[in-house]
Amino acid sequence: MSLVTTPNLADPDGFYAALLAAHRGLSEAESAALDARLVLILANHIGDRAALEAALALARAAGGR
Amino acid sequence: MAYSHRPFAYRTPPGVTAPEPRHAVVIVGAGPVGLALALELAGQGVPSVVLDDNDVVSVGSRAICWSKRSLEILDRLGLGAACLAKGVTWTVGRTFHREAEVWRFDLQPEAGDKMPAFVNLQQYYVEEYLAERALAEARIDLRFRNRVVAVGTQADHVRLGVETPDGPYALEARWLVACDGARSSVRGMLGLDFAGELFEDRFLIADIEMKAAFPAERRFWFEPPFHPGQSALLHKQPDDLWRIDLQLGRDADPEAERRPERVIPRIERLVGHSDFRLDWVSVYSFQCRRLARFVHGPVIFAGDAAHVVSPFGARGGNGGLQDVDALGWRLAAVVQGRAGAGLLDAYDRERQVAADENILHATRATRFMTPAPGAERRFRDAVLALAAQAPFARGLVNSGRLSTPCVYPLPGAPDDARLPAASRPGAVAPDAPQGAGWLLERLGGDMVLLGVGCAPPAVPGLRGVAAEINDVVRARYLGAAPRALLLLRPDQVVAARWVAAAPGDVAAAAAAVWEGRA
Repeated sequence: MSLVTTPNLADPDGFYAALLAAHRGLSEAESAALDARLVLILANHIGDRAALEAALALARAAGGR
Repeated sequence: MAYSHRPFAYRTPPGVTAPEPRHAVVIVGAGPVGLALALELAGQGVPSVVLDDNDVVSVGSRAICWSKRSLEILDRLGLGAACLAKGVTWTVGRTFHREAEVWRFDLQPEAGDKMPAFVNLQQYYVEEYLAERALAEARIDLRFRNRVVAVGTQADHVRLGVETPDGPYALEARWLVACDGARSSVRGMLGLDFAGELFEDRFLIADIEMKAAFPAERRFWFEPPFHPGQSALLHKQPDDLWRIDLQLGRDADPEAERRPERVIPRIERLVGHSDFRLDWVSVYSFQCRRLARFVHGPVIFAGDAAHVVSPFGARGGNGGLQDVDALGWRLAAVVQGRAGAGLLDAYDRERQVAADENILHATRATRFMTPAPGAERRFRDAVLALAAQAPFARGLVNSGRLSTPCVYPLPGAPDDARLPAASRPGAVAPDAPQGAGWLLERLGGDMVLLGVGCAPPAVPGLRGVAAEINDVVRARYLGAAPRALLLLRPDQVVAARWVAAAPGDVAAAAAAVWEGRA
């Protein structure tokens, strides 16, 4: 399985709003911790090491360093 | 009851009064690795001189968790029964975060092996058993209070300067094996680089004597209520001794933390009372490093002298005994002229792979336990927070991946895809019941051609063994195949296997072993 980088969410605006809602009311540190848990949960769900490696590379590259 | 350290007798070595002839093998260090190597060599008919600067076994429990493979090696040296009888057998490990259990593993859920997954036994007992056996062995010249102070290497021998209570003497050896531990003086005298990673966190390690009804399990805590923010490890040992490892953090002062007035309250909080006696205390920081090569001309390194790991995973003492397993038969063959010195390159190659594997696992465990501030800490805490709720996260909780023997890469080895992975080339032959005994008891020390479901054909230089078929043998050696032939090295590692083979194929595979290719 290669990493899906084309649109894959049925309701992208809806998901984005849900993501923000999950962070609402959290401190900076609590938000970072939630993201960390979320990454682990999603990584396990994907399960495919090659797709995960591609996601890590994309995330890093998009940050510019 | 506290262990009584009786000194071994010192005897004036012959070299003090007259030059000694060059010895085939001199071993530096009478710890578990040096003594086991001397016994392994003696079993192969090779005499050795063992030098140790001390005259007592180790102080403190140190390497307490002896793995199944180590027990199999010790059994081959005649010490398996003693270690099992004295030691505390365990197979279950439990890991807690705060007050909740987050992970439980059973290292040996199925029967079929003579030896259990682990036995806890203080290093000093293992050294005592090995030393007693070595002292009774005519081929081992065990010299206490002989300190090596100079090492001069030539192309084909080593010249040592040794100091004793009777003064100095010189000793020559065709092969010098440095088994002198993490602070190896031989390594230091040769000026060899010992590269790797040093961890900043300090750990308190203590043996306490108390009566307690805790089961014989490995218990590990992350951030327990009795030791907030840090980790803790508890192991049961014989003699009502308990081994406790407490993480102290990066800023701990090792001198202050060693003092009983500091140690005792920490342990009281763990065990919940003060009815115990402090037997041994040490404060460590951990390292994962190794020599770039373990064979340097006539000088060979084994055990902690060659590589050190942090203790979570019990890969130090066990890794050292597996070095002995890989080295003994090869060095014996070279000394006896049955193989060229190139055979030792195979020891170097295989044990580098094993050391890297041990370092990888030990480093990961140590990093999980002592995350750097920032992202490392955040992900570690995320794993622990999830572990209580989501089964997948329990597999990420790393309190140490416990020692299993390295499966050596033998890319050219004959193999058959129909046969099960458990006995693939490079792996230690798995044990199995055989009548009233065990398969591994029938293997080892020499090259064996094992027939499973068939009689092994006669091949010169190989001892044929026919395995008795049962469910364990079928699962570990046959899978769906009707029969199998396995070529087993003297260290019980599978060198090659076939469903059907001509004697010439087997002889060619055996030749590859003696040439150091498999």
